[in-house]
Amino acid sequence: MAVIAHDPSRPTQTHAEVTRDVLKSITDKPTTGYYILVAVMAFLTLVLFATVTAELKYGLGIAGYAPPVMWSVYITTFVFWVGIGHAGTLISAILFLFRSPWRTAVYRSTEAMTVFAVMTAALFPIIHIGREWVFYWLIPYPNQRYLWPNFKSPLMWDVFAISTYLTVSSTFLMIGLVPDIAAVRDNVSGWKKKVYGALSLGWTGADSQWRHYTRAYLYLAALATPLVLSVHSVVSWDFASSIVPGWHGTIFAPYFVAGAIYSGVGMVFTLIIPLRKVLKFEHMITDYHFDNLGKLTLFVGTILFYAYAMEYFVAWYSGSTFEQVTFFRRALGPNWWAGWSMIICNAFVSQLLWFRKIRTNMTSLFVISIFINIGMWFERYVIVVSSLTNDYVPYAWGQINPTFADWFLLAGSFGWFGLWFALFYKNFPIVAIQELKELIPMPRRKLDGGAH
Amino acid sequence: MAKNVPGVLGSFEHIDAACDAIRGLKAAGHDDLTVYSAAPNHELEAAIGDKISPVRMWTLIGGLTGCTAGFAMTIWMAREWPLLVGGKPIAAIPAFVVLGFELTILVGSLTTVAGIIILSMMRSLKGRPFDPRFSDDRIGVFVPCSPDKAAAVERTLTDAGSVEVLRDA
Repeated sequence: MAVIAHDPSRPTQTHAEVTRDVLKSITDKPTTGYYILVAVMAFLTLVLFATVTAELKYGLGIAGYAPPVMWSVYITTFVFWVGIGHAGTLISAILFLFRSPWRTAVYRSTEAMTVFAVMTAALFPIIHIGREWVFYWLIPYPNQRYLWPNFKSPLMWDVFAISTYLTVSSTFLMIGLVPDIAAVRDNVSGWKKKVYGALSLGWTGADSQWRHYTRAYLYLAALATPLVLSVHSVVSWDFASSIVPGWHGTIFAPYFVAGAIYSGVGMVFTLIIPLRKVLKFEHMITDYHFDNLGKLTLFVGTILFYAYAMEYFVAWYSGSTFEQVTFFRRALGPNWWAGWSMIICNAFVSQLLWFRKIRTNMTSLFVISIFINIGMWFERYVIVVSSLTNDYVPYAWGQINPTFADWFLLAGSFGWFGLWFALFYKNFPIVAIQELKELIPMPRRKLDGGAH
Repeated sequence: MAKNVPGVLGSFEHIDAACDAIRGLKAAGHDDLTVYSAAPNHELEAAIGDKISPVRMWTLIGGLTGCTAGFAMTIWMAREWPLLVGGKPIAAIPAFVVLGFELTILVGSLTTVAGIIILSMMRSLKGRPFDPRFSDDRIGVFVPCSPDKAAAVERTLTDAGSVEVLRDA
């Protein structure tokens, strides 16, 4: 038998070692550090709900809303979190269709990130409504006033896009989890066995189950692929179908999708670099995976670079005074700090990833990922706020300063997201056991190669 | 508790051995096999030789239903509560494409999931033995058969290379 160079996408373990290594993260007792993490996240979640309660009592005024800026940090944070979700679906669904084997080791954590990020994002439009208790008016239902929602409004499109995205990405995550939960069930005892047994929905890995499962997974991936591209396009049309200078751009849909994936991969780095150290998964999530994720970041970061340049160019080239003034003020107006944070953190920092040394160095990747998170939040802040501050009539120009409520909600959103993610990675397999096993050839008795 | 299905359960460590056993059993007329594996495997699929899962019809029908429902809902609701926006038609199709698309994906996904569950349930596994090692690194082949045929089945499994054979007949 010829000796073949090791394919880096292929795990080095046997099937039994994969089960053992992944399940160790669930069966090991949580450390003190884990409890501290959960406590901090739970505290921040309390801050979130306390702020929402305060807002219910005192109204949206505590978020500093005043004409002309009625969309500010809440909508910024909403777009930020929806964007984070996109990298997860890209890695789990799109790369599945493209048969990229490197996705396997990281896709479960990114898919979980997607679901929790969309759960976080979905809070914000509801908080932003101000009268949260009537949010169900957005859903078309027969009512005694004979009213129906206006489906020509992009905000209604958004309701459908986000709720579809939340439903489909959670289904995709849960379907992927079922065989892995069955593996957990077979390796724990007592009440845990009962709980995981119920969650595994009677999965045994029988041929009659795999037969439908593998096909269905393919179709779910095929459905999730256009969905992920559509969701952030729809979010971008919340802005682009208005006539506000700085929002009214045809470039918005691809620009937002690229930005979403960029911010999402940034968050993937922020999450899995510490995670793989804590769980000792270095042999499963290797430099090879980070190298590929780095290339993906570089690719979408470069699209963003182009989009930023094009936005300024088109603003100038359009000859429209209003567009020109908006973009002049974006770079040199009162919000110049936000405008430059976005350009430096996204367009320029991403270009460091041309170097392989940087793509495979965990410290540099982690630092870059923090820049990406900050930069992408500022991008949305710039688009939402700086466009609203200067409308067509200079008399109506205004400013907004985020208040404590804005900052508390932003910090709280990280707590809410982090709490879900922390609980998830300790209780469910954070690396897809069955998909890793699919990559590992099973032992053979005869060395004749077999069907593949 | 469901009554146990009488038969023989073979456990394999090697993929080629399991495939040989499946082919041997199929040739001997045992069609109602249950093959357990921790991950999907093309060689096993080829040996079992099932047709492609009909779950794709569920996806297709769900997707088409969602698409129709999306357009029908928006057009009907727009006409039921006419809102004149920017001089556009009451039922503005381009705007409703988004809704039609989202519902295609939503309903298509949900029927696909329903498809996995319902199609998997159509072949009952009640009373068939299972070993926790099948979700780890072993392949299991369960052959339902009457006690008089059990000895022959056991031999086929052992000859193919089964590392453990259990008779429950």
